[in-house]
Amino acid sequence: MNAVNAAGWRPSMGDSGQATGGVATASGDYGLMLEEALSFELGAEGKCGVDLDAADRAPMPGLSKFLRKEAPALPGLTEPEVVRHYTRLSRQNYAIDLGPFPLGSCTMKHNPRLNEKMARLPGFADVHPMQPQATVQGALEVIEQLADWLIGLTGMASVAMSPKAGAHGELCGLLCIRAALDARGEERDVVLVPESAHGTNPATAAFAGFKVESIPATPAGRVDLAALKEKLGPHVAGVMITNPNTCGLFEPDMKAIADAVHEAGGYVYCDGANFNAIVGKVRPGDLGVDAMHINLHKTFSTPHGGGGPGAGPVVLSEALAPFAPLPFVTRGPDGDIHLVEEENRGEGHGRSFGRMVAFHGQMGMFTRALTYILSHGADGLRQVAEDAVLNANYVLRACEDVLPAPFAKSGPCMHEALFSDSGLAEGFSTLDIAKGLIDEGFHPMTVYFPLVVKGAMLVEPTETESKAGLDRFIASLRSLAERAKAGDESLHSAPHFAPRHRLDETQAARKPVLVWQG
Amino acid sequence: MRYLPLTSADRAEMLESIGAASVDDLFVDVPAQARLPGPIEGLPAHASEMAVERHMSALAAKNLSAGSAPFFLGAGAYRHHVPSSVDHLIQRGEFLTAYTPYQPEIAQGTLQVLFEFQTQVARLFGTDIANASMYDGSTACWEAILMASRITRKGKAVLSSGLHPHYGEVVRTMAKFTRDEIVSLDTELTAEPDDAAVIAQIDDNTSCVVVQYPDVLGRIPDLAAIAEAAHAKGALLVAVVTEPVALGLIEAPGHLGADIVVGEGQSLGVGLQFGGPYLGLFGCREKFVRQMPGRLCGQTVDADGKRGFVLTLSTREQHIRREKATSNICTNSGLCALAFSIHLTLLGGGGLAKLAAVNHARAQATIERLTRIPGVELLNEAYFNEATLILPRDAREVVNELAGRGVLAGVSLGRLFPVADGLHKGLLVAATETTTDEDIETLATQLENLLVGVPA
Amino acid sequence: MTRYFTEDHEWIEVEGDLGTVGITDYAQGQLGDITFVELPEAGAAVTKGDSVSVVDSVKAASDVYTPVSGTIAEANHALGDEPELVNTDAEVGGWLFRVTLSNASELESLMDADAYKTYVESL
Repeated sequence: MNAVNAAGWRPSMGDSGQATGGVATASGDYGLMLEEALSFELGAEGKCGVDLDAADRAPMPGLSKFLRKEAPALPGLTEPEVVRHYTRLSRQNYAIDLGPFPLGSCTMKHNPRLNEKMARLPGFADVHPMQPQATVQGALEVIEQLADWLIGLTGMASVAMSPKAGAHGELCGLLCIRAALDARGEERDVVLVPESAHGTNPATAAFAGFKVESIPATPAGRVDLAALKEKLGPHVAGVMITNPNTCGLFEPDMKAIADAVHEAGGYVYCDGANFNAIVGKVRPGDLGVDAMHINLHKTFSTPHGGGGPGAGPVVLSEALAPFAPLPFVTRGPDGDIHLVEEENRGEGHGRSFGRMVAFHGQMGMFTRALTYILSHGADGLRQVAEDAVLNANYVLRACEDVLPAPFAKSGPCMHEALFSDSGLAEGFSTLDIAKGLIDEGFHPMTVYFPLVVKGAMLVEPTETESKAGLDRFIASLRSLAERAKAGDESLHSAPHFAPRHRLDETQAARKPVLVWQG
Repeated sequence: MRYLPLTSADRAEMLESIGAASVDDLFVDVPAQARLPGPIEGLPAHASEMAVERHMSALAAKNLSAGSAPFFLGAGAYRHHVPSSVDHLIQRGEFLTAYTPYQPEIAQGTLQVLFEFQTQVARLFGTDIANASMYDGSTACWEAILMASRITRKGKAVLSSGLHPHYGEVVRTMAKFTRDEIVSLDTELTAEPDDAAVIAQIDDNTSCVVVQYPDVLGRIPDLAAIAEAAHAKGALLVAVVTEPVALGLIEAPGHLGADIVVGEGQSLGVGLQFGGPYLGLFGCREKFVRQMPGRLCGQTVDADGKRGFVLTLSTREQHIRREKATSNICTNSGLCALAFSIHLTLLGGGGLAKLAAVNHARAQATIERLTRIPGVELLNEAYFNEATLILPRDAREVVNELAGRGVLAGVSLGRLFPVADGLHKGLLVAATETTTDEDIETLATQLENLLVGVPA
Repeated sequence: MTRYFTEDHEWIEVEGDLGTVGITDYAQGQLGDITFVELPEAGAAVTKGDSVSVVDSVKAASDVYTPVSGTIAEANHALGDEPELVNTDAEVGGWLFRVTLSNASELESLMDADAYKTYVESL
């Protein structure tokens, strides 16, 4: 494609020839390594990839004072140019479809294509959220069926379906707790969060108006139960605990923690980001949890799409269920499914804390997640958890002799294996291992999280990796650890074989360029 | 199980290599009484692809889809034709199955798309900059109010009565917890929007005024006048756009003085999907960049000096700032942003203008025909592709009865404003480029028959 | 003129009742490349220990606490265009703000240069 443009950017600009063995091509492309200009540099004003008939009426007189003086300055492209532009861009991405994507706590598993097909059925994809309810009974039934599954799998009393993603679900759970405390007439303003928690937990608690206090961890990487008990009191609204936790470990004292918090009058929020490790094996409801969000894009394989959309339904205990947000579905005595919204909340739902989103939540994710759940069934989901945990332990034991695994001595991990960069040669760190993995053809693991481990590397293989695939990954990780211990300088400039070398994040942040300047 | 690559032999070999007798040994940290002995009772077992497809298809068939009936609903979600290449491209595995671009060297595809998306949104809105998307229009609207309060250090937001009532509910729900003061105005059936009433509410404690453009009844507020009044008191104007196609025809809010412009991007590329996932759009003045919520993609260079893109200014975000973050949002709406961006790249500015002109013309044809029915009156002085009709009887009943006759007639104000008085005869009717003359005639005929009592 | 240090790695140099505050060279080294400095507004009344400024690097955002109570007299607006001054000249040109002291006795609880050096070595 013609990438020469008025703004002057050409694909060969800035090319040192380092990755190309000194060969310089005239185009700046190298075989299948294709550069791509911005759409603004490719398109032309007035060009259009959509055939439209001219309007058969002039704008109404009342609109004249509002009319735009000129069309938005957006160049267009024809369909062949658009298909090529985005296809070329897509090739600069790594993806789960290309290989293992072992980002700890992110759960990058295979995305079944049946899910995509079902979500695109016109009966789901082409219905309006405010159609008369009689015309969308099938859509409401999807919400109801998925809700029933989530309740059954977690052993909880009910579920709020509308939150748009995990962090939104956390907010939903904490607002339920706030509403429940208000209903009790109590002013509790502190939420306890373990120091290993993901940053969203304290951010959400603060957003919901709580003060955050940190709970220390034991040397074995678990919540310190005694320390937690000391912090409990009449000012504590609740705790936010991730289980399995961010170190990839199950919190064995979960029930004791919940009992202590309940005894002190607080509620237990569980961050369900890692539910995929225990789905079908353990029900959070049996552990005393009051609220837990479920990332449908993690446990139930709805695609991450380069950063969303997610979906974060929140399962709730009996104590919190009355405060769930609007809207939600109920089945009436007539057998029809009804929406409970602002107008009929008085019919036994007067304690709902209100509305979090414009419509019903992430319907497109519900259809995908339900398809996935029905495909696996109760038996298959149990196998999902078992295989995810088995794969992680396999990686843990295969690498712990070359990379320190701070909590490996205390027993098996759950769905992710945690390593530290202690013991690498002077000047070598987690970043070098991560960028080296790119050259090996893998996506790096989660790095520098959780913060409680120096140079953390959190590897989550998921259940959809084969043993052969894991063996290849393990061989690469071991090789990189050995090279970093030996002080192999070439790691400092890795990746060598990616579409870009290391990018200058300092320049990006000091003088932000957020829109095309041409 | 078709999605699980491990064989029984693999599992046995792996267990042996890690020194575990059985997989249950790996779950030793789970207290014994909490460990389920087998699959959860009462839930079905796994099913074949064919069986699942049959089940889901049966559920889908229970819905009356927009494409199979004359369809006139809007109110914050619009049915537009999405070019085939959009859905094809977003299903490329490299986009669909990638994660948030935290490793920029191998995520330049997603990052460049986000950079292009930010530029498109900024130009469409007439703002200096835009972010890489939010959950949806309603949550973007609430985030804009929070941002205005951070910038002005004042706590009172004035909501126009023309703001989508669901957006207003989201704002009021959230503000209960943050204790921001929200002034909401009652919606009335007037030909002009409530600009004067909004301006009258602005005082020295006002952080922002929130005005939908066009408003939820399809009327078009005078943003320039409201912006001037707001700025005179040190308040910001937050403009809310739920139908971005309108900006192909009417002036961009940023050019009229809006300081923050948010919107729902569903109209372009995304589809109705029964309400989600949708796409929150967020643009603002460049000087507010460090107060902005959500992810941002920025341009930089790599070690060789080659242009590249990274997520930037992430110190505003929750994973670093924790309880001091500007927002708790983690996941955005990346794939929907991609769909929006592809659709807008196909259109270009000229195509968008043409599409908007066609939408407006189809709406005029619809309104002209429907207002020929005795007793049906148009409320609006002006409208883009959606307007409010006043019927001689309760519009919600009419909509439900017309649905029984296979016509999806619009959104009744009784459904939209269930607890408001005096709006129940209002019917919000939207038309787009997908609306045919036959659709309009079918709606008109069925509505007329219903109003005069001709049985279905 | 005397220079004092805090355990949060701020330095303050006092002349009369005016103190100039910045972060130490050790602190900038820990933070890495500084990308942005959020400065306090002149005229703001502050209490010792208040977070009055934020120093951003690519990977972290760090609060800067005022070592003394008083009124903000001035902020270093040169950092708006050149936040990297905090990296290159942390303890002179990279100062963050000046504060008019309301209670000079608060200085007594701070460290002097030798004590701070010992403190950093202990970290």
